[in-house]
Amino acid sequence: MAKNKISLIKEFTKGLWDENPVLVMLLGLCPTLAVTNSAINGLSMGLAVLFTLTSSSIIISTFRKIIPDEVRIPTFIVVIATFVTITDLTMAAKFPEISKALGPFIPLIVVNCIILGRQEAFSSKNPVGRSIIDALGMSVGFTLTLTLLGAIRELLGAGTIFQIQIMPDSFANWMVMILPPGAFLTLGFMIAGYNWINDKLKTQ
Amino acid sequence: MKSAKLIIVLTVTTLLSGIGLSFLNSWAQPKIEAYQQKVLEQAIYDVLPGIEKYKVKEIEGTKFYEGISPEGQTVNVAFRAIGRGFQSELRILVGMDTSMTKILNVNLLQQAETPGLGTKIADDPGADNPAWFMQQFDSLTVAQQDIDYVKNEEPDKENAEIEAITGATISSKSVVNIINKAIDNNRELYNSGQ
Repeated sequence: MAKNKISLIKEFTKGLWDENPVLVMLLGLCPTLAVTNSAINGLSMGLAVLFTLTSSSIIISTFRKIIPDEVRIPTFIVVIATFVTITDLTMAAKFPEISKALGPFIPLIVVNCIILGRQEAFSSKNPVGRSIIDALGMSVGFTLTLTLLGAIRELLGAGTIFQIQIMPDSFANWMVMILPPGAFLTLGFMIAGYNWINDKLKTQ
Repeated sequence: MKSAKLIIVLTVTTLLSGIGLSFLNSWAQPKIEAYQQKVLEQAIYDVLPGIEKYKVKEIEGTKFYEGISPEGQTVNVAFRAIGRGFQSELRILVGMDTSMTKILNVNLLQQAETPGLGTKIADDPGADNPAWFMQQFDSLTVAQQDIDYVKNEEPDKENAEIEAITGATISSKSVVNIINKAIDNNRELYNSGQ
């Protein structure tokens, strides 16, 4: 029992660090690079993925024994697309401002590899409880990484984090950071930093 | 037997998905439309000063929003100008006097230009007045000539000139062209429908 509990915690934390979807698996890079020009956009994108991934995982793992192997991919896609449309419509109706800022990237969650990848690698083979924990871990890892990426870009590119002024007035904004090249640069440095920390941890 | 199962599973999945989404859509669609209507309505009152209400007049498929003064007179008119910017569609609401010779106000309804450069047409965080670009169009007289833009010099307001944004010339130029074209097209159309 105690062992089971430890492995459940591990199931959650692996998404945060060891198997972080962005920094390790390099999945879902399209929204990662495109929407993270501010911290709030990164956070909203992460939360949209969290809802979609968790809901899809619940459905897929509940029906995993009924879904035949031959049609599993189309079934996964239909389930994922349904939840993405739910997210898209709900956001457009309830939070039109955020929905406007994220533009076409909410509908594009359908083709985000993290979600299909987790269904294929995890939810279709594991019980519901475990799948939920896996999905939550992965999406929290995704959300934190996107928010951090957005915060760094927003800080250097606009001098603010979550629209709160951080940098002194004398700071000249690095415009490139909120443009697409800034996304590649920042992500590259974040992956380098991640690997550096990992090496340090291993040698200790 | 095996293939029957495949068909049944996929059919049931898509069916459930379709039914669920159509219910959700019937809830969300009115809300989304109400929001767009609210944004447009707000913009109409912004670009047409001194009006109490407005009424929609449709001439050959083009919608004109006529501003009605508290005395019940049609005092000004607004219409939409839509066209391509640098990388996105720009939607602008233009408010004019009823003879369409003078711009009253313009309002940028929608843009998704390059962050930090083209977005300055809507919001220039470095300037004392972040909305300076679109405000340049206020009270320009366009009876004799189209709006024109200048770079790095003082624009001549009497000659309907505005200053383009440094680093976002194409976005600036697009706004000018879209407004010019919409005025040209709509002036005759509107006057013919009077």
